[in-house]
Amino acid sequence: MSLIVQNVSKSFTNFAALHEVSFEARPREFLALLGPSGSGKTTLLRLLAGLDQPNSGSITFEGEDFLQLNARERRVGMVFQSYALFRHMTVAQNIAFGLDVRPGKERPSKADIKAKVESLLSLIQMEDFGKRFPTQLSGGQRQRVALARALAISPRLLLLDEPFGALDALVRKDLRRWLRKIHDETGVTTVFVTHDQEEALDLADRVVVLKDGEIEQIGEPLELYRQPRTAFVFDFLGHANIAQGALSGGKVAFDGFSVPAASSAADGQVTVRFRPFDSEVSRTGPGFAGKVLSVLPAGANLRLEVRLSDGTVYETQHAHSSDASTLHAGDDVFVRPTKVYAFA
Amino acid sequence: MTSSATPARAPVPEGFKPPKASLHTRVLPGFKWSLGVTLTYLSLIVLIPLAALAARPWEHGLQGFLFNLTDGRVLSALRLSFSVAAAAAFLNLFIGLAIAWVLTRYEFPGKRLMDALVDLPFALPTAVAGIALTALYAPNGWIGSLLTPLGIKVAYTPLGIFIALVFVGLPFIVRSVQPVLAEFDAEVEEAARTLGATPIQTAIRVILPGLTPALISGFSLSLARAVGEYGSVIFIAGNKQNVTEIAPLLIIIKLQEFDYAGAASVALIMLMMSFGVLIVLNMIQLWISSRGQGAAK
Amino acid sequence: MSARAPTLPKTAGAIGLTATAILWLGLIIVLPLVVVIFEAVKEGPSPYLAALAQPDTISAIQLTLLVAAIAVPLNAIFGLAAAWCITRFEFKGKGILLTILDLPFTISPVISGLVWILLFGANGWFGGWLRENDIKIVFALPGLVLATVLVTLPFVARELIPLMIDQGTDEEVAAVTLGARGWDVFFRITLPNIKWALLYGVLLCTARAMGEFGAVSVVSGHIRGLTNTLPLQIEILHYQYESVAAFACASILTGLALITLVLKTLLEWRFAGELAAHRRH
Repeated sequence: MSLIVQNVSKSFTNFAALHEVSFEARPREFLALLGPSGSGKTTLLRLLAGLDQPNSGSITFEGEDFLQLNARERRVGMVFQSYALFRHMTVAQNIAFGLDVRPGKERPSKADIKAKVESLLSLIQMEDFGKRFPTQLSGGQRQRVALARALAISPRLLLLDEPFGALDALVRKDLRRWLRKIHDETGVTTVFVTHDQEEALDLADRVVVLKDGEIEQIGEPLELYRQPRTAFVFDFLGHANIAQGALSGGKVAFDGFSVPAASSAADGQVTVRFRPFDSEVSRTGPGFAGKVLSVLPAGANLRLEVRLSDGTVYETQHAHSSDASTLHAGDDVFVRPTKVYAFA
Repeated sequence: MTSSATPARAPVPEGFKPPKASLHTRVLPGFKWSLGVTLTYLSLIVLIPLAALAARPWEHGLQGFLFNLTDGRVLSALRLSFSVAAAAAFLNLFIGLAIAWVLTRYEFPGKRLMDALVDLPFALPTAVAGIALTALYAPNGWIGSLLTPLGIKVAYTPLGIFIALVFVGLPFIVRSVQPVLAEFDAEVEEAARTLGATPIQTAIRVILPGLTPALISGFSLSLARAVGEYGSVIFIAGNKQNVTEIAPLLIIIKLQEFDYAGAASVALIMLMMSFGVLIVLNMIQLWISSRGQGAAK
Repeated sequence: MSARAPTLPKTAGAIGLTATAILWLGLIIVLPLVVVIFEAVKEGPSPYLAALAQPDTISAIQLTLLVAAIAVPLNAIFGLAAAWCITRFEFKGKGILLTILDLPFTISPVISGLVWILLFGANGWFGGWLRENDIKIVFALPGLVLATVLVTLPFVARELIPLMIDQGTDEEVAAVTLGARGWDVFFRITLPNIKWALLYGVLLCTARAMGEFGAVSVVSGHIRGLTNTLPLQIEILHYQYESVAAFACASILTGLALITLVLKTLLEWRFAGELAAHRRH
């Protein structure tokens, strides 16, 4: 293990930001801290960087007690949400900063620093931008400069705070691929914070899901998606349709039909959740009776909204070639889940 | 207009275009009125009087003007005013920065009081400051009596002028730097820390350059004020010809001698020198901030 | 973007810096304040009160108030008009206008007095004509007012302009589209939004008007009981070695300055958002 976080708690004057958080990161791993705002993910990142101190718990990195080192000594590369570029320095000066400020003996020679800056500029594909100032760059370019600046100190651990937060959707996707590529090339253990589940699932080797300062689940993207451990994780990772049913023997019985359930709940009356793509619609039933509100294309799929008689709206997804494509708004249909989740 | 259930408005005429929220269309009322008042007032109070000042020194032609300027008494007064003002503004650069730093970075009892007191030189009439400083630094004054045995004379020497100008100039630097420092992005400082910079390196290499435009602007304001300062200086200066006689005082002396052209000459050259210095400082400031702001998008 | 929160000074350097700043401020700014009060009352309350009761001092106080009462409203109205046309409309020469507006801050007060002598003094442009028609401007109330107006001209406008730029024109334009006219827009939309900044500007303007020394010193002629404002009275008393009387007058102005500071600070705390974001004096 390269990074080990154990029982870390952090509270500010009037609220607890983190409570007994433990997780590990493997060498070369790309780890996402995912959670809604207020979940403590940025606080956690700041503890890793040494910008804040935990109230209790331990953080070790490659066997070394990180809490004994201050931010300056940790050699952690951090990319800030606002990028925090030095506005009075050129791109090249920004990137060189971490090397320039080293004490005399450890400081590389001027030529070495220059070479390092140039290689980083080419890594971020901005060879011709060394003399520009940050304000003369686009958002995506600033983000890349911030990354190059963090990489310049040959960090042992790379931390990214909402790295794509301030970018528009198109640039975001591009940069995501590119960041993954850079990570694979440099092999630096990387922890990044995001509130965007798609980003986390798309980019990370493993995802740590946080809620109210506690860890809900840690796992690989597919694992989280297929075996969510809590209702929160289920809801956070995608759209959830909610129903009531009776659980017994691995199946949930509804009015006139029953469905296999992945469950951590005890038998009895339960609230269950199902995904739009884990459902079928038919004109005959069995299922939850309702009226089609809308039929809309959603990429490779067709998305339906169905309103039940009690007002609940279900979202379902089907292939364009399925029977669902013959439905129109106003049609009477039955929605039947094919797989449901019940959480304790 | 009173309100009624059905607004009795004329129907919208054909070709009606709703006003746009643009400054150019002048949707808002009062442009001519307000501009008229502004221009008239500025002309009467500032421009015509300054024109009178600019016209006056040439009574005896260019030679008369030059004669007034090359007079030893005028030269030494100008030299004194500008050099002591520059020295005071320069010292205030450091003290002002330190006070602004303390006020924005640290929390301690009495901080708000201290913050409010910084403005005292703005609020205290200069004549009051003048006699108070004189009372402090005169040879028999509270501080003067401590310094006299050490052989240091403050009142009635250029050092006294210097102290008075430090007093009047201090708030300009503090108030220029303080807002910039208060809004300095914490993440930028943290970035420097994670990159391995020591607190001192962070202060000097990251924060200070960001403050430079504000420091220059505070320096300019402080200098401009100090060059022209009269009330707080004349009491402590002693006003000895060629030694502690400041340029503004010389203007008054020439007026009392009914030498209007001479007074206007000194005033005009003071203004020209001040503006020259201010323009240069302004250009430096623009140049520095343009590097950070960037013209290109 | 967020700024760093202030903390207790913990390191030796931080404590040292804080202590130095406090000491320096005490030495350079607070001590003169203390000396004024001390010198004024050092011979007890009755000489202090007697000094203030001198007829010349009373008429100086009255004159000071009168000058401020004329100059401040003039500059307030000008400030409103200037801020309105500068922030609400686009026109050529605005930059020059702003520069001219700031001139009184960079001109020596002595020069601000001198220009009126050059215009209206015995040897001034209009000196002869004024004498023929027996009109007195310099060495009389009009001169004092003119000098004070020039010195304090930018205060209100300078407070309003940044705020009104910040606030933009949306609300006023909305009012116009809803049918509001001229003064309605101003009194019902603009004025409520800028009232605290206006008050703040008026406060600074008043403080400066009452304390102005250099400019009025040039145009006053120092006629005791007639054209002496309070700051000029201090000068006369000082040079006559009437120390207690001089400091007694000074204590009144100091009191005014402290009241100004308190009001100013209160306004800043209470209405920070409604005053201009970046303030320069």
